[in-house]
Amino acid sequence: MYSQGLKDAEGQLEPAELMAEFQARIDREEKIEPRDWMPEAYRKTLIRQMSQHAHSEIVGQLPEGNWITRAPSLKRKMILLAKVQDEAGHGLYIYSATETLGVTRDQLTDELLTGKAKYSSIFNYPTPSWADIGAVGWLVDGAAIMNQVPLCRSSYGPYARSMIRICKEESFHQRQGYEIMTVLARGTAAQKDMAQRALNRFWWPALMMFGPSDKDSKHSEQSMKWKIKRFTNDELRQKFIDATVPQAEHLGLTIPDPELRWNEETGQYDHGEINWQEFIDVIKGNGPCNKERLQARINAHEEGEWVREAAEVYQQKQNQEEAA
Amino acid sequence: MNQDLYQFALRLADTSLTMGQRLAEWCGHGPYLEEDVALTNVSLDLIGHAQMFYQLACDNSETSTSPDDLAFLRDVPEYRNPLITELPRGDFAYTTLKQYFIDVYHLHLYQQLSVSSDEQLAALAQKALMEVKYHLSRSEAWCQRLSLSTEEAHEKMQKALDDLWFYTPELFETDESMQRLMTASVIPDMGAIQTVWQQQTEQLLEDCQLAKPENGWMATGGLVGEHTEHLGYMLADMQFLQRAYPGCEW
Ligand SMILES: [Fe+2]
Ligand SMILES: [Fe+2]
Repeated sequence: MYSQGLKDAEGQLEPAELMAEFQARIDREEKIEPRDWMPEAYRKTLIRQMSQHAHSEIVGQLPEGNWITRAPSLKRKMILLAKVQDEAGHGLYIYSATETLGVTRDQLTDELLTGKAKYSSIFNYPTPSWADIGAVGWLVDGAAIMNQVPLCRSSYGPYARSMIRICKEESFHQRQGYEIMTVLARGTAAQKDMAQRALNRFWWPALMMFGPSDKDSKHSEQSMKWKIKRFTNDELRQKFIDATVPQAEHLGLTIPDPELRWNEETGQYDHGEINWQEFIDVIKGNGPCNKERLQARINAHEEGEWVREAAEVYQQKQNQEEAA
Repeated sequence: MNQDLYQFALRLADTSLTMGQRLAEWCGHGPYLEEDVALTNVSLDLIGHAQMFYQLACDNSETSTSPDDLAFLRDVPEYRNPLITELPRGDFAYTTLKQYFIDVYHLHLYQQLSVSSDEQLAALAQKALMEVKYHLSRSEAWCQRLSLSTEEAHEKMQKALDDLWFYTPELFETDESMQRLMTASVIPDMGAIQTVWQQQTEQLLEDCQLAKPENGWMATGGLVGEHTEHLGYMLADMQFLQRAYPGCEW
């Protein structure tokens, strides 16, 4: 069969019939499964997005893990431990789902540790106070939910299915974070101040989690067509703002944006300009904690090398014994 | 008797809490993601046990107190854990072997406590026992994996054993208060627990081709609140918020 080659976004030549059939399946809301034909660019986009997501779950353990040993009560300690453990679990599911696209976890880990792969910019911000644990749960897990709920309908089956499970846990995390903030906001003046400072620190970085503004987002259009994305960055960001502002008001905390106001006409909140230069800097590696976060992962990987090697050698010996 | 049970409950709770607190330091830093999750599981269980036993202590306390008060507002001399559980996290071999020693200790102790004449204690021990069995199967498997694989791993296990071995007899120490509980069959004969502990661990060390060290400093002191330098740092870290902002809700 002769087919005219079509260059896709990655410059790959793909047969037009297959491309058309693929798009038709997506338009019919059919799930694409690992053994199905897919354009190379679709595969690559998914690998990039899913591995970034998995890396974010793993690096995301660190800013909160920072407070496990110092959590202020046994209950809070257990909730936080379980939460950070959930994030490791999310990383595991998503790595497995990514592996169905023909990459290995070792490759992906290597890309993270060498700085080749990105992870969410939010985890490069510090959590200097206990209230940051509340703010992270409330805002960061909250923003993650906004991003991830539409991903439960992603056209790629394994990703969509892993997201369904993960979203349930994320909304639990969001509630727990908000609860920490509630207790602090109703507490002593010092506790309330702690909560306000954490909101000040995390508000803008949380908004940046949705990625660049639509006019600057290079991956959006094709991803929308392939239903890897369902909403644009700005749409999701707006949803998040609209959902979160009343929550902050309920806490009696002030969102650090003097331009934030309700717009009767649009039925949405208008907000101030995001500092995109900061976003670019943090993505490029110049955020407050980029080096620390990556170094922590590198250390864990290097210090664990002998353990992984030992486990492998032991397994080989066991296999040999069984064979003998 | 209440005072004796209070003290013993603290011994159990402090042991589990310090173990859980050290294990929690691995969260986000384990050698595998899967191990990260597993270590956190064990840590969570242990902190859960601590909370349970602190509650038992509260129920037997002469003054009104709470599990959080006991965990966060007592200083080093009031902590009753054996020294081994407050030692620094160390490397994965050290963590694994320490965990194994404590798991075997907990297994036999909770097995006996689950038939205690004190019904509340018996019920709690039974509950903890279920989880300890899982912890032990994990730490035992890791001891074998590490000892019987590469030379490097075996060396690290041997080093861990050399460092930890003389901290283990303290696990079975008793004081007058515990002896009264033993007489009343509230707690088992710790000497008997030590015998089975020794049989089991020495068998594993032999299977793992690890050599018991000949001599070293013999740890003691937990029961009378005499601790290593490490516990102070652990508590400073753990109790920071409660100490810096007294009387707050969290
Ligand atoms: Fe997550
Ligand atoms: Fe989460």
